[in-house]
Amino acid sequence: MTEHLITLFILGIGTALINNYVLYYFVGICPFLGVSRRVDMALGMGFAVIFVITIACLLSWTFTWALLQPGAPVTQWIWGAFGGDPTTQVDLSILSYIIYIFVIASSVQLVEMYVRRFFPPLYKSFGVFLPLITTNCAILFACLEILRQISGGDGFGLDQALVLALSAGAGFTIAIVIMAGLREELDMCDVPAPLRGPGIALIVAGILALAFMGFIGIDTTLENLLLPDAEETELSADDSTSVSPPYAPQPAPGDQP
Amino acid sequence: MSQNDGPTAGERFINGILPENPIYIQLLGMCPTLAVTNNMQAAMTMAGATAFVLFMANTIVCLIRNLLKPHLRILVFTLTIATFVTFVDRFLAAFMYPMSQQLGPYIPLIIVNCLIISRCEICASKQRLGTAVADAAGMSLGFALGLASIATVREILGFGSWFGITVLHESFWTPWTVMILPPGAFFTLGLLLGLAQWLKTRRAARTSAQGGAA
Repeated sequence: MTEHLITLFILGIGTALINNYVLYYFVGICPFLGVSRRVDMALGMGFAVIFVITIACLLSWTFTWALLQPGAPVTQWIWGAFGGDPTTQVDLSILSYIIYIFVIASSVQLVEMYVRRFFPPLYKSFGVFLPLITTNCAILFACLEILRQISGGDGFGLDQALVLALSAGAGFTIAIVIMAGLREELDMCDVPAPLRGPGIALIVAGILALAFMGFIGIDTTLENLLLPDAEETELSADDSTSVSPPYAPQPAPGDQP
Repeated sequence: MSQNDGPTAGERFINGILPENPIYIQLLGMCPTLAVTNNMQAAMTMAGATAFVLFMANTIVCLIRNLLKPHLRILVFTLTIATFVTFVDRFLAAFMYPMSQQLGPYIPLIIVNCLIISRCEICASKQRLGTAVADAAGMSLGFALGLASIATVREILGFGSWFGITVLHESFWTPWTVMILPPGAFFTLGLLLGLAQWLKTRRAARTSAQGGAA
């Protein structure tokens, strides 16, 4: 039980800091550049993203697990009920992109209506950001990460999906708030005219990304520290923290000397 | 709504390439711009995939533009785009497997590329089919040019090669590893944006000086 909690903790650290969605995977760059002019706006956007990403991830985990993965229980049951051969594994994962985008768009809509009806002050503070979130790549990226982990086949549970969503949102918030603080200071600096605006913001983001590269390896260290002799959990922990995902910026095969 | 509003097909095509370049002027579609530009093959595959999706989405949205309900239009756009992105994803997985592995989740992320949604909203849902197709062609060309410029800088400095062909030999060139890592993407795009801005202001100053002299 404790080991499971530690694995979850390491997954959270890995997602929020090391593989930060904005600075490592470049998802959610549009709000990162657009809304990061003032710290309070950035914080509002960050909380809105955490809110929506959690709901969208839980929904898409449910859909993926029950309907989309190869041999999913509900799909298999429907297939059997309509006289299909029960030994065939039905694989609906081709529909995943359409389902995810539908889930995201409708959960944004739902959250917006719910917040407007029951929490008017909250709606006032981050209501304007909610419609923008539908096109925030970070949400879809988190859903795709869940799909990848589930089809990876080593038991990605709802709790792991929840931790992934919360830490991804927290990582986004950390990055956008730091960026907003830096840009508030930057307004008082004498920036060369052509670089003013997005140019200097991107260069500052690059330096921030360099700083965040300092976190690489923190998760394996923590793992060795907290789970020194856990042979059987080591494999699953390695997979779920995704220290080096297959699609990390890597040299193309033909480019190596 | 009148069909003759807005720029003509030719203007849309020209606008997409430089005057309204999606990357340098409009700052749209930043995720693929930063994420897949550490070598030319990946960047060009991404440009091709985006061009196909943009072309098909613009065509379909343009054909059904009179049936769209205003409050549901964004949902219709994204579902249309998602369908064609699934095509592209399956195609790449079937015929270009290593590239599909390298691009990973950035192919499905074309769905939320603001470039495509904004073209559907601004052009395809309001104008004729010919204009929408010309717009898609111009915008895809502009997007490909933008990706190619960033990928050229990053691949030559980071790997010493261009399209996998060695340009700067290792005997006198130490590759800058940072250029293929995430920070390099931010630096390159930031500096290229500055360069584009500088060229634009210089050109504007020159034309206004000429106008004053004449």
